[in-house]
Amino acid sequence: MIGRLLYDSKGVYEDQIASMRKATVNQTAGAMDFSLLTDGLRAEREQGITIDVAYRYFSTPRRKFIIADTPGHEQYTRNMATGASTANLAIILIDARFGVLQQSRRHAFIASLLAIPHIAVAVNKMDLVDYREDVFEQIRADFEGFAEQLQIADAHFIPVSALLGDNVVDRSERMPWFKGAPLLEYLETVHISHDRNLTEMRFPVQYVIRPNLDFRGYAGQVASGVIRKGDTVMVLPSGRTSQVQKIVTYEGEIAQAYPPMSVTVCLEDEIDISRGDMLVPPLDAPYVSTRFEAMAVWMNAAPLEIGRTYLVKHLTQQVTASVTAIRYRTDVNTLEKQETDRLELNEIGAISIETRRPLFFDPYRRNRTTGAFILIDPITNSTLGAGMITDRETAAGRSAGSLLDAVRYEPGTGPRVTAGERFARAGHRAATVWLSGVEEIAYLAERKLFDHGCLVHVLAGETESHILPELARISNAAGLITICSVPVDDPQERERARGVVGEERFVTVDAAAIPGGVDAAAEAVCRKLEEQGIIRERRSDPFTGGDGI
Amino acid sequence: MAVDRFALTHLRALEAESIHIMREVVAEFSNPVMLYSIGKDSSVMVRLAQKAFFPGKIPFPLLHVDTTYKFSEMIEFRDRFVKEIGADLIVHTNRQAIADGANPFRLGTQKCCGLLKTRALLDALTEGGFDAAFGGARRDEEKSRAKERVYSFRDGFGQWDPKNQRPELWNLYNSRVDKGESIRVFPLSNWTELDVWQYIHVENIPIVPMYFAKEREMVVRGGSLIPVEQEIPLLPGEKPEMVLCRMRSLGCSPCTGAIRSDADTVPKIIQEMMLVRRSERENRVIDHDQEGSMEIKKREGYF
Repeated sequence: MIGRLLYDSKGVYEDQIASMRKATVNQTAGAMDFSLLTDGLRAEREQGITIDVAYRYFSTPRRKFIIADTPGHEQYTRNMATGASTANLAIILIDARFGVLQQSRRHAFIASLLAIPHIAVAVNKMDLVDYREDVFEQIRADFEGFAEQLQIADAHFIPVSALLGDNVVDRSERMPWFKGAPLLEYLETVHISHDRNLTEMRFPVQYVIRPNLDFRGYAGQVASGVIRKGDTVMVLPSGRTSQVQKIVTYEGEIAQAYPPMSVTVCLEDEIDISRGDMLVPPLDAPYVSTRFEAMAVWMNAAPLEIGRTYLVKHLTQQVTASVTAIRYRTDVNTLEKQETDRLELNEIGAISIETRRPLFFDPYRRNRTTGAFILIDPITNSTLGAGMITDRETAAGRSAGSLLDAVRYEPGTGPRVTAGERFARAGHRAATVWLSGVEEIAYLAERKLFDHGCLVHVLAGETESHILPELARISNAAGLITICSVPVDDPQERERARGVVGEERFVTVDAAAIPGGVDAAAEAVCRKLEEQGIIRERRSDPFTGGDGI
Repeated sequence: MAVDRFALTHLRALEAESIHIMREVVAEFSNPVMLYSIGKDSSVMVRLAQKAFFPGKIPFPLLHVDTTYKFSEMIEFRDRFVKEIGADLIVHTNRQAIADGANPFRLGTQKCCGLLKTRALLDALTEGGFDAAFGGARRDEEKSRAKERVYSFRDGFGQWDPKNQRPELWNLYNSRVDKGESIRVFPLSNWTELDVWQYIHVENIPIVPMYFAKEREMVVRGGSLIPVEQEIPLLPGEKPEMVLCRMRSLGCSPCTGAIRSDADTVPKIIQEMMLVRRSERENRVIDHDQEGSMEIKKREGYF
């Protein structure tokens, strides 16, 4: 099939065809054996099978393609998973004579497991069923019935004959009943730009570039979302925030970066950041946890076992981990879930993992970059398996200001509610606003923030000023936004409060520095909280506001 | 259809992937090196390295394995280019083999390559204590390379075991090696020959003039054009003639054929590429000296 695609789209060179013809003569087959083009290793050519993933390249005037050609037998499930991991689209071949077989189900399951966004189902060997429409339609119905269980978003069916070239590159005249596009045309036009996650910004730091004392840049590839100059970002795991000062490339500074761009980000503040850290939006942070659930594909002859120590490589982190549970194994042919205490080579199962240090991740279905990891044997150094983090709510929950809590959290002991959960419920981070000016400003700001849905309160007047910082700290721990109203800005008091509350949660507003009346000052408080990423941006009117689609 | 504000051309996507790979290597290995062959792919690789670590310098040396059978134009270009970009260059030659009289005419191409390229490369890597070596190989070059990993594991003897490669998923590369073992890294894995030329054009990357068509003195042998350089022994009946031609890939002078071409600029080369119906390594004698020969060389440690 791949050979036909390459051959008809002129992706093969003459000398390669000549050497393929030469090799075909040595065997019994009559028609040209296109697999000789793709099966590159001697063992494969000798045995006539595709063992390993082979990457092939071709382009048409409309698009450039990379084909990961993977074997289809069950004992090569791991190779299929490998090829699928980077694919935008999977072509699943179904033999028209036999219909949807176990093998087709397995292929569809793996494509779905690895979250390949698009599936082209090529019903092949139509020439051997007299190009009958009813055969094709029956296969389509069978496949769709099966695919329903599998979260396959986009499946497209095409009747083809790879041997004779029908509907591969050129439209078949022998199947006038098929009105759709031939395979290549479909491949050229399928929309893939929205396969990327452009909503949740994730920038894993790969490497710190520091050529001299004046430059400190964080090099990395944008995993998802868009990072812009001026954005407030939070650094994981420290939780500190800063603004993007500039985005540097060899060609010059740029205003924004998106996946899969490799750029270098400089921040306004000197923060200690190293490889393994991640820049994220303060209000849209990933999960931060040492525990998570995942689907794993096992790729080694030595089975995965509970309690064994492995290394997890996830984004730019490599951490020691252990598998704490195997929830079930999925039979790749029937999709049946079975109880087990191990995963053998090529088996797929749901596992629970605990890591030494917290990882920053999103569920794989939502983010194919931050949700993926590999398992490595710390002794042999082999790559043992691949994992896709599942949606299951993790112990630590979705977290922003709760990083240390997430690390310390132990189920069954001490507090059962984490700061991450508080954050998730409140929809904003906890903070202390140190507001100097008349009390009226504090109450006006409180009203505005309350109307915006915030958990907010004012400490003023009756409160003895020397215990204000301690009270604010306690209120912040409960997840609240605390406005401390003080009559004038006393630098000594302010800095003591900053020390008690913590830099991350401390916001200062001096009304004396803001022109306009009390209302303008209250508005300034809200704006500052927005700018620092503590609350979500307020929109003018939820019904006419411009965020809809 | 709405214009996609966040679209990246395929060249920029390839570039981003290569830069990611280079940064991973520098972050995770203690002593990387870049194999620099002076060819067009090396030129592209060096530009990508400049980009990956900008505004810093390239944080690893370049290593050229000099067989002494390289064209003189290549060596001139190498010295000028490396000086211009301020990179560190290590040149390594298997002096012992040369002193013992190793040459392709006497030993045949297989043995000669084994001694002057593979052996020399392995020695240079051991000598430098390098645990990672970037190479400019692309998967579209040759059948056995289509299955090569981006991180290609080599044992203590620098050898490749194609049946026992580490699975490689997403962009998560396994950099773990024990002492003496190493990884060959191929940041251009997903580039095609056409991509390389387009990138050279877009980026205005300097390349050896031999890629451009010119009247050159050639020997026509078995359908190949062999440049007359050094003392190439002529077969009976052969005599050098002037041919308008260029090199499609660069190797040692006795083993690199030229192609008839009048493409004397990068755009003309790209146009030629888009029409060409023959693969680029076809003119490389070593790929064809026996069936599956590239795979065998790679198993032995050739890059």
